[in-house]
Amino acid sequence: MTTTVQPKELKLKELAKGEDRFVHGHRMCAGCGAPIVVKQVLMATNYPIIASNATGCLEVSSCIQQFTAWKIPWIHSAFENAAATISGVEAMYKSLVKQGKLDDRNVKFVAFGGDGGTYDIGFQSLSGAMERGHDMMYVCYDNGAYMNTGIQRSSATPFGANTTTCPAGDAIPGKLQQRKDLTRIMAAHGIPYAAQASPSNWLDLMKKVQKAFEIKGPKFLNVISPCNRGWRSKTDDAIALSRLAVETCYWPLYEVENGALKITVKPKEKKPLTEFLKPQGRFKHMFAPENEWMLKQAQEYVDAQWEHLLKEEAFWTEAKK
Amino acid sequence: MSKKFWETLPQGSVVLEAGSSAKFKTGGWRSMRPKWIEENCIQCMFCWMYCPDMSIKVTAEGKRAEFDYDYCKGCGICALECPGKKGKKAIVMEEEGK
Ligand SMILES: Cc1ncc(C[n+]2csc(CCOP(=O)(O)OP(=O)(O)O)c2C)c(N)n1
Ligand code: SF4
Ligand code: SF4
Repeated sequence: MTTTVQPKELKLKELAKGEDRFVHGHRMCAGCGAPIVVKQVLMATNYPIIASNATGCLEVSSCIQQFTAWKIPWIHSAFENAAATISGVEAMYKSLVKQGKLDDRNVKFVAFGGDGGTYDIGFQSLSGAMERGHDMMYVCYDNGAYMNTGIQRSSATPFGANTTTCPAGDAIPGKLQQRKDLTRIMAAHGIPYAAQASPSNWLDLMKKVQKAFEIKGPKFLNVISPCNRGWRSKTDDAIALSRLAVETCYWPLYEVENGALKITVKPKEKKPLTEFLKPQGRFKHMFAPENEWMLKQAQEYVDAQWEHLLKEEAFWTEAKK
Repeated sequence: MSKKFWETLPQGSVVLEAGSSAKFKTGGWRSMRPKWIEENCIQCMFCWMYCPDMSIKVTAEGKRAEFDYDYCKGCGICALECPGKKGKKAIVMEEEGK
């Protein structure tokens, strides 16, 4: 028999009465975005959750010897295999239920990984787990670099950013490539649900998590996760910056459900990208007069991506009529 | 050589106490200290939703209570996000130890 789980009411007053499943005492830096992302994902649902975690800031700081911040079963094995690990746990669970050795408690399986562990090194294990069709959700907290080992560029690092492996100086003015669009790549796997979210828009994020958990099969959620150490910003601006990322359309909030794309939050007024870039030291050199072309190029890229999204959304709205 | 099965592999580290990190107090990291000015608080709970360190206590009725200074790292997110009442913030950051 499958246990039924009550849906969670997404009202702040009600949510605040609940128990945290990711607790204090973890050792993420002051003002880090990742714990906010994790707490919101876990808070969105009453389902029991089992999670795996790729090596990275979140993993090393949330479980140090006998100190774990997780109040759910949680497993870490390596950097590159968070998706493979949880897919194995999910397969085992299904098998035990089928053999009658376990009651189906409607457990949901989640993998958490940073952008390095997701876009780059964990990419093939992620792609494989999605293709095999496991009933799981992969959550990437995207802080745009390998932060845990000292801010090395990843394929999620935005164009122009200064990192320790693409340092802005005489040779290059920061990262010369645009970011890999992983959310679209995951959607192109033909999975039933892929979406982008931001901790600033907690309700949108939690609705996406709720929706994803009602869908059988592989799901992917990409969440922007400010890192004040790597972004060279202030400790208090994780939410303000993730909000600006949304308002400038640098980080559009959308979902792709069975192929159909929908933008879930449209900024009232699209702000210039510089409002997102300016407070971050990693883009400082882009504001030098000789690097004006970089600001232009970064803005043009965001504009083109946003236009493309709008067109695609219009196509799906039309197709559904 | 005898065959080895997965049961014989070393298990790695296993932590059986969920949420045991609460035994590790992170309040000592703080250089800035948030102060709650209750009369300006509209109970919107934004501070609670955005705190990365689960350091805002909540009453059984779901109302905002005092800060949990045992864990608060003093990042200031709560103060920045607090809308307060009529433009007056319900959270201000003060230098620790003053
Ligand atoms: C196979 C392997 N290569 C390298 C490392 C070293 N390493 C540990 S954490 C990390 C960076 C993680 O970056 P990311 O996935 O972006 O997460 P973040 O730390 O930014 O949260 C690296 C390179 C490792 N643990 N395993
Ligand atoms: S200062 Fe930061 S850690 Fe402390 S209560 Fe506010 S948001 Fe939480
Ligand atoms: S954000 Fe400010 S007004 Fe809202 S509950 Fe917290 S202290 Fe009160």
